[in-house]
Amino acid sequence: MNEEFSVKRADPHGAAREGAHLLISGRLDFRDSARLKRAIRGLLKPEESTIRFDLSNLQALDGGSTAVLLALQQELQAAGKNAEVIGAEDRVRALLELYQNHGACAPTSPHSAPHRVPIFEQIGRTSLEIRDALQSWFAYVGDVLAQALIAIRLPATVHWRDVGRMMERAGADGLPIVALINFLVGLVMGFQAAVQLKQIGANLFVADLVALAQTRELGPLMTAIVVAGRSGAAFAAEIGTMQVSEEVDALHTLRLNPYRFLVFPRTLALIIVVPLLTLVADFVGILGGLVVGVTGLDLSVNAYLIETRLSLDAWDVFSGVLKSVFFAGAIALIACQRGLATRGGAEGVGRSTTSAVVAILFAIIVIDAVFTVLYHVFDI
Amino acid sequence: MFELRRVSKIYDETPALSDVNLAIRSGETTALIGPSGSGKSTLLRLMIGLTAPDRGTVFFDRVDLAASDLLKVRTRMGYVIQDGGLFPHLTARQNIVLMAEHLGWDPVRREHRVEELAMLSDFPLDGLERFPSQLSGGQRQRVSLMRALMLDPDVLLLDEPLGALDPMIRVGLQAELSAIFERVAKTVVLVTHDISEAGFFASHLVLMNEGRIAQSGSLRELVHEPASDFVAAFINAQRSPLESLA
Repeated sequence: MNEEFSVKRADPHGAAREGAHLLISGRLDFRDSARLKRAIRGLLKPEESTIRFDLSNLQALDGGSTAVLLALQQELQAAGKNAEVIGAEDRVRALLELYQNHGACAPTSPHSAPHRVPIFEQIGRTSLEIRDALQSWFAYVGDVLAQALIAIRLPATVHWRDVGRMMERAGADGLPIVALINFLVGLVMGFQAAVQLKQIGANLFVADLVALAQTRELGPLMTAIVVAGRSGAAFAAEIGTMQVSEEVDALHTLRLNPYRFLVFPRTLALIIVVPLLTLVADFVGILGGLVVGVTGLDLSVNAYLIETRLSLDAWDVFSGVLKSVFFAGAIALIACQRGLATRGGAEGVGRSTTSAVVAILFAIIVIDAVFTVLYHVFDI
Repeated sequence: MFELRRVSKIYDETPALSDVNLAIRSGETTALIGPSGSGKSTLLRLMIGLTAPDRGTVFFDRVDLAASDLLKVRTRMGYVIQDGGLFPHLTARQNIVLMAEHLGWDPVRREHRVEELAMLSDFPLDGLERFPSQLSGGQRQRVSLMRALMLDPDVLLLDEPLGALDPMIRVGLQAELSAIFERVAKTVVLVTHDISEAGFFASHLVLMNEGRIAQSGSLRELVHEPASDFVAAFINAQRSPLESLA
């Protein structure tokens, strides 16, 4: 049965000149905290400069009451008194030390305003963060280039065995979703174009629009976005998990370089697979447009295909495929960088994966914009 | 075999190791013990060169690690981590021969060594074709040990090798590992937070606390002549509750 706590003065003659000796007995529970504080305050006299909390008869106390007791001690110390805890047995002392070492927390108020960081400090911190991020990126790019040169000189040191597996995962496994999305994109584009072109009797030009937009722009872009979501996220999570579970360290100790073992096989796999997926995307996107042309615009299959063939030349297809090679490189390298930079357990893996996908999508759009400008400038 | 002179390491402004001096003798099994965050794993990472000290020097075989070719030095060290650190997409055999393959060992030599190691660690030969996910925790640790021993290193470094195993398997594997250490007769450095495990494997224990060596010596010395309250508290904290019932 739980014995209730009690507090009494151990100095029978009341306030001694040298201070108060309070004997706390029984079991302390957080629910007793208010009574404990009241009881202690009731027993203390203002002129007493030293207060000893004697816990030698205390059988047990929980975390809450420990915190209250320590807070009371700190309050007395802040008032210039010498307050100390004596006689605690091992278990009680361990708990007191644990809470003491944790340090006191500043009282929080729901109405207290959040700490305001001066604007110049914010600018400074952000600048330093940007500088660190750039530094780590340049270091990564430098490492990739240096290791690529070694890989060219010593191709046997690259873990080629992984390339086929990665190609299967990113390519064959991703094919249905890439095909479906691009078919729907072709279909939607066809519908949107049909509404406008029908008004001027230019139904047939739906084929031109879908073919050119799909091969030069949407096919590579949509494919890269799907690959970023599937393979980019998977690479970052996989390498991130390896990083936090020390498998990357194990690689180092096995004299294996993480770039040649992890990064290059993945990059090569995507560089091979993404252009192939892009070609499939181009084809099914045009197929989506064909479905609209045949069902909604009364065009014959033959007429649609002939018009598509006339509107496209090899460069239209190749320009999209060329872009997709750069998309693939960016997806793999960014995902692997985020994976290798993972810190802090499962939570860190989640953070890396999210940031990898966001960074990859941003990079894809930037690369696409650069290519569009270049093609425009060189009129190709 | 290893000598650390006035080694300090700081992570994010928090000292992980402060002014540590330590010598590990050749052929001896040494256990680094201590509570979480005491710096024992950092010490092991410094020895294998995964981390560089901020101050001080780590010597391996009287040569400063910072000045040596780490890739070459690591062929003389075998490293085993808590969960084995096996690559999930490779079979047990592929994991074991990975390093030998990259060093260009011929297949006959590789196979011979794998069979030798399987016998040494009592690992079934048909299990070599399984992936890590198809192996038990104890088997994964055996594969990890075989991988570490593949190149016949001079030193074995083990970071909480049995930490992830359940108690029954742990006790069984402790005895087997101890027998393996005896047979291979190598310098072994083992990290554990379990003092009884440390005492079981090692003749020399190094108890760490807050990045410093609290005491080093035999288990008997630590138990009977604790150098500080912390050492006494650490040992008392690990006394089994079953002892009080005996």
